[in-house]
Amino acid sequence: MPLERRTFVKIGGLAALGLAGGAAARAGGVIDAARLVPAGDAATGTGTPGSAGAAAAAAPATSAATTTAPAPLEAKRWAMVVDLGACLRHEGCEDCTRACHAVHNVPDFPNRKDQVEWIWKEPFVEALPDQKHEFLPGNLAHADVLVFCNHCDEPACTRVCPTQATWKREDGVVMMDWHRCIGCRYCIAACPYGSRSFNWRDPRPAIAKIDPAFPTRTRGVVEKCNFCEERLAEGRRPACVEACPPKALLFGDLEDAGSPVRQALADKPAMRRRPGLGTQPQVYYLL
Amino acid sequence: MFEKALRGGRHYWTWVVVLVGLIALGGACYLLQMQEGLRITGLSRDVTWGFYIAQFTFLVGVAASAVMVVLPYYLHDAKVFGPITVLGEFLAIAAVTMCVMFIVVDLGQPGRAFNMLLHPSPSSILFWDMVVLSGYLVLNVIITRVGLAAERSGQKPPAWIKPVILLSIPWAFSIHTVTAFIYSGLAARPFWMTAVLAPRFLASAFASGPALLVLVCLLLARLTRFRVGQEAIGKLTVIMTYALLANVFFVAMEFFTAFYAAIPEHTAHFRYLFVGLEGHRGLVPFMWTAELLALGALVVLLVPSLKRQTGLLAAASAAIIVSVWIEKGMAMVVAGFVPTPLGRVVSYWPTVPELLISLGIYAFGALLVTGFYKIALSVRGEVAA
Ligand code: SF4
Ligand code: SF4
Repeated sequence: MPLERRTFVKIGGLAALGLAGGAAARAGGVIDAARLVPAGDAATGTGTPGSAGAAAAAAPATSAATTTAPAPLEAKRWAMVVDLGACLRHEGCEDCTRACHAVHNVPDFPNRKDQVEWIWKEPFVEALPDQKHEFLPGNLAHADVLVFCNHCDEPACTRVCPTQATWKREDGVVMMDWHRCIGCRYCIAACPYGSRSFNWRDPRPAIAKIDPAFPTRTRGVVEKCNFCEERLAEGRRPACVEACPPKALLFGDLEDAGSPVRQALADKPAMRRRPGLGTQPQVYYLL
Repeated sequence: MFEKALRGGRHYWTWVVVLVGLIALGGACYLLQMQEGLRITGLSRDVTWGFYIAQFTFLVGVAASAVMVVLPYYLHDAKVFGPITVLGEFLAIAAVTMCVMFIVVDLGQPGRAFNMLLHPSPSSILFWDMVVLSGYLVLNVIITRVGLAAERSGQKPPAWIKPVILLSIPWAFSIHTVTAFIYSGLAARPFWMTAVLAPRFLASAFASGPALLVLVCLLLARLTRFRVGQEAIGKLTVIMTYALLANVFFVAMEFFTAFYAAIPEHTAHFRYLFVGLEGHRGLVPFMWTAELLALGALVVLLVPSLKRQTGLLAAASAAIIVSVWIEKGMAMVVAGFVPTPLGRVVSYWPTVPELLISLGIYAFGALLVTGFYKIALSVRGEVAA
């Protein structure tokens, strides 16, 4: 049963109609995961996070099937808080980017033209342009701050997608289905934060070490931060949060008053990127 | 009926062979793009739509502009447009076909294009654009086929075609309006997010479309025995004059709003186009050329003694087409991305394969138009050679 539940969560998480899978799981129905994942997918690694993840997890899980698998992390509304003060004190640190890009098989193209990014740094005055003024303290005027998909409550990207290849999950995670995306890049035009990257060329040769636990992408599709939905399903927090040496990244449920994000927001005033646009970003920056 | 496209003189066949050659070249470049991905284009992390999408936008305008002959003919009984309505409708068919091709070559995963049908997404303007464009194509195919068949058999067209034609009139407006909505509904791109975008698209289309028809009529008058008459050309000229005036007016409105309000996010895009930003001036000469051509054309069109000279009229028509093409086919899409939401100023320039693929699509459209016009004129027995 633990194995089944685990598999279900993944399948449920991947499907646009994640609810269907979730409902089946809750009802205790039995679905053969192997049959849901086309054999070619796992081999070529082009699967969606859930499908390949399920296939990859199936093997090790067999032996562990009798022991209890970790419960998935669940929330009503996932959010991230970036403690800028703590982050900036660790100048030059790129641990979060490295961790994220490694576990998600994000290619590393040296030229700007082909670049694919999930979490990276941008000048403070560009990432949070509303905060820009002439007399910013030196450490902010020239600081680089972390940016990634805001998992907006009112995402502009999902609204424009002509195939529902990107959609907002019940718990607020804005998802991507790399099997469905036709590569029209309308979502990139619509995102006011530059959070999305397109695979202009085959990404695989530019991945230093392919992590078999996560699918690689084909060229011609869009990708972005996924709040580590594949890790949440396994009961683990996002890779960047775990990798951050000064613990500057807080992750949790906004609807839970005791969660680290709610506590941080109650403690200090926070900023969001371009709040005037109505996208309701769920990434908060603390000064 | 189609066998009529297969008879013609030496000039006709030379033209056809040239077009087929360009199509083959474009096809070969597209194969390269299939192999390598969109990296062979000039598009980048920062400028993610470019020449292909811009041509799509321009051609939707060409397709919509057919309404400028259909509307006066059917709603205002402008009999002089009788001979050219079918030319306008055929132009619309070819233009919509090219639009679809430009969208397909722009897709990262063209093999999955049908996902748009499998997962219809009414919240996406692209979905609605697909609906209105395909509807417009079907309408025009029906209208031209029924019309020509009637003309050929010497009978009146069936009565049911009239409402179909009337439907095609608002439909033509809808295709360019919805295409403008693709852009003007995006909070992320202040340059596009302007309510005047759809009216501006329509105005520039209704200037350049009739200009194209004037050129086509003048050309056909030289090559064939087909004559549309001075009156029809005169009426087309009036339409394009006012449409061009409206377009210039709308552009002026954009400038006023952007620069008087002086919100940097808005003015940056205009400055990129007309004076350059951070040393990126690639589009500046093009923009000034476009504005000067539009003003020059206006002078010719507004001075009666000038516009009566066929040569000048042809030059003014060409100037309008080039001006609108620069505006929509080069500047408008790219400027939305420069600067990016993160303040980056990045130049985009189409690559040679990108241009050849585009040229191939235009050649395909030209081949369609050639074949269609050949059929239409043969049916009327008006071909010289
Ligand atoms: S940041 Fe951009 S990509 Fe992420 S949810 Fe918001 S609009 Fe979509
Ligand atoms: S690129 Fe993919 S995810 Fe983005 S809008 Fe197009 S189909 Fe949707």
